[in-house]
Amino acid sequence: MRPLTLSRLLLRCGVLAVVLFIVVVVALKLGAVQVSLYGLGRDLIHVLIGRSSAISTEYGMVVMNIRLPRILLSIFVGAALAVAGTSFQALLRNPLADPYVLGVSSGASVGAILALMLENRLALSPEFAGLATPVGAFLGAAITIAVVYVLGLRGGRIDGNTLLLAGIITASFLSAIINFLMSTLAGGNLRGASFWMMGNLSTPQTKNVMYLLGIGFVVAAGAIYTTASDLNLLLAGEKEAMHLGVDVRRVRIVVYLAASVLTGLAVSVSGTIGYVGLLVPHVMRLIFGSDHRMLLPAAALGGAIALVIADTIARTIAAPSDLPVGAVTAIVGAPLFIYLLRRRLA
Amino acid sequence: MSTARSSLPTPDRPNANPDVRLSVEQVSYAYSPNPSQAPVFTLEALSFQAKPGEIVAVLGPNASGKSTLLKLISGELQPLSGRIFLNNFVVHSLPTKMRAQRIALVQQESALLFPSLVWEFVLQGRHPYGRSLRFESDDDVTIAKNALAQVGAAHLSDRRMDKISGGEKQRVILARALSQQPLLLLLDEPTLHLDIGAQVDLLETLRRLAAENRYSVVVVTHELNLAGEYADQVVLMQKGKCLRVGSPAAVYQRELLEQVFQAPLSVAIAPSGRPRVTLFSNS
Repeated sequence: MRPLTLSRLLLRCGVLAVVLFIVVVVALKLGAVQVSLYGLGRDLIHVLIGRSSAISTEYGMVVMNIRLPRILLSIFVGAALAVAGTSFQALLRNPLADPYVLGVSSGASVGAILALMLENRLALSPEFAGLATPVGAFLGAAITIAVVYVLGLRGGRIDGNTLLLAGIITASFLSAIINFLMSTLAGGNLRGASFWMMGNLSTPQTKNVMYLLGIGFVVAAGAIYTTASDLNLLLAGEKEAMHLGVDVRRVRIVVYLAASVLTGLAVSVSGTIGYVGLLVPHVMRLIFGSDHRMLLPAAALGGAIALVIADTIARTIAAPSDLPVGAVTAIVGAPLFIYLLRRRLA
Repeated sequence: MSTARSSLPTPDRPNANPDVRLSVEQVSYAYSPNPSQAPVFTLEALSFQAKPGEIVAVLGPNASGKSTLLKLISGELQPLSGRIFLNNFVVHSLPTKMRAQRIALVQQESALLFPSLVWEFVLQGRHPYGRSLRFESDDDVTIAKNALAQVGAAHLSDRRMDKISGGEKQRVILARALSQQPLLLLLDEPTLHLDIGAQVDLLETLRRLAAENRYSVVVVTHELNLAGEYADQVVLMQKGKCLRVGSPAAVYQRELLEQVFQAPLSVAIAPSGRPRVTLFSNS
């Protein structure tokens, strides 16, 4: 008997953090402008201790001002999607659930587009510019998951296959809505249909939006983490969890809202990037087991690692053109999804 | 200390007999698909009591209301009328966590989404004693180990839940219930998928545990002879009615059982004083 301890949890997260750091350094180095690892390390430390002014070369500035913000965005989006995916899998008791497959990301996209259109009309003051989009995306995500959940019910109980089918159909329906909005109502900066449907991390974000993302992530992921041991029991079924002392209603509401917030935040800055929320939790479960106290932080770090790698591939493989990162994750993710689906049916 | 059951405020009913742990008092229930329609199933008011260390068997054919009664006692359902007291607290109004520190339920096995190890499963029984996020203490581990040892399953600790036999799994589920350190142990057809040897083993274990740990045990079962051998009290039910409550020897009467179970049978009293039921074919 070897239950999880805080020190083992921190050690494993530390290892993942080191892997993430190495991946970030490599991602910073790769690209059109060549930089030395030594210069990179020195500049990174300067940035970390808040002395950006000491950065030596103009190449360094390119790396720190263009590549680093994009990598930070990948870290945030990857972590948010993976935590949201882990949560949906536990909440719906379905190992194939994730924001993309369930159509939640598409719902968030529609919400974000509507918010962008509204924002263009309202002409908000600059401090609030860009902040309506995440809110719209959250609302879109929350409404979509509620609808998909109801569609996935059969005889009052959630049915795994019906749920997945409902999600996939909803996603397809919402993609059509996105196309419709783009081609008929376009005007102002709506970023284009391919951004919303394939996902892209190349749009630079304002400082305010980055703060909103950071705070939103910490609050939402923290809220989910407080339910980590409850989620372990919920996997065995709601009644059983209740008899072991889980306040099922409270856990459902917290996780449902927080996972919608995470999806909404991620989609509002990157569009719909698929399969990260599905596959990262699976890989982490294989490595660390299915205890959510370990799985949730591992998924956050693993999602960040996966998306930094995917985005680095997206911007370097066909350089100088920039592939949508969602294309990279789908090329890797879709076959893996089929594999998992067949293994589950077998 | 994390092992202590959270204390409750004043009981819902202060005096009453201190020897009685579980008291079901004129409890009824009705299932209806929606409130405007007539109920499709009704459980008529019934009463019985259980002392610490006592085993109560709830017997009856299918659709007699046995499982409904168990759900009412476990607090999962709220009675339509009447009340259920556990140490003079109304079961249904206990907060979820406090109820789980007092009542443990062994259900027919449930499918696991991501199969866990046996010791992980048994440690789940410690969940009601923790705050929302916490790590298991040494006490929790000791309690879980003891629980596994008490059901004779210590050797299974590192096995996977999906790689052990039905009888072994039933023991592990019982061990999880024990690690909740309950006052009241509820079992829903625990012998259903077990062979005869494993059934006897399980009930022997239950009788020993009830005596050693002073649990009150309520077990729903179809097994007339096992109930007759091991129960201190029998609650005989049919179509939502409680027909008889009493010792097995008092309840096991040929005409009554034949009428309830719709099968010809004979009842003999063994030298132990326990009744034995023999079934005949209809022809």
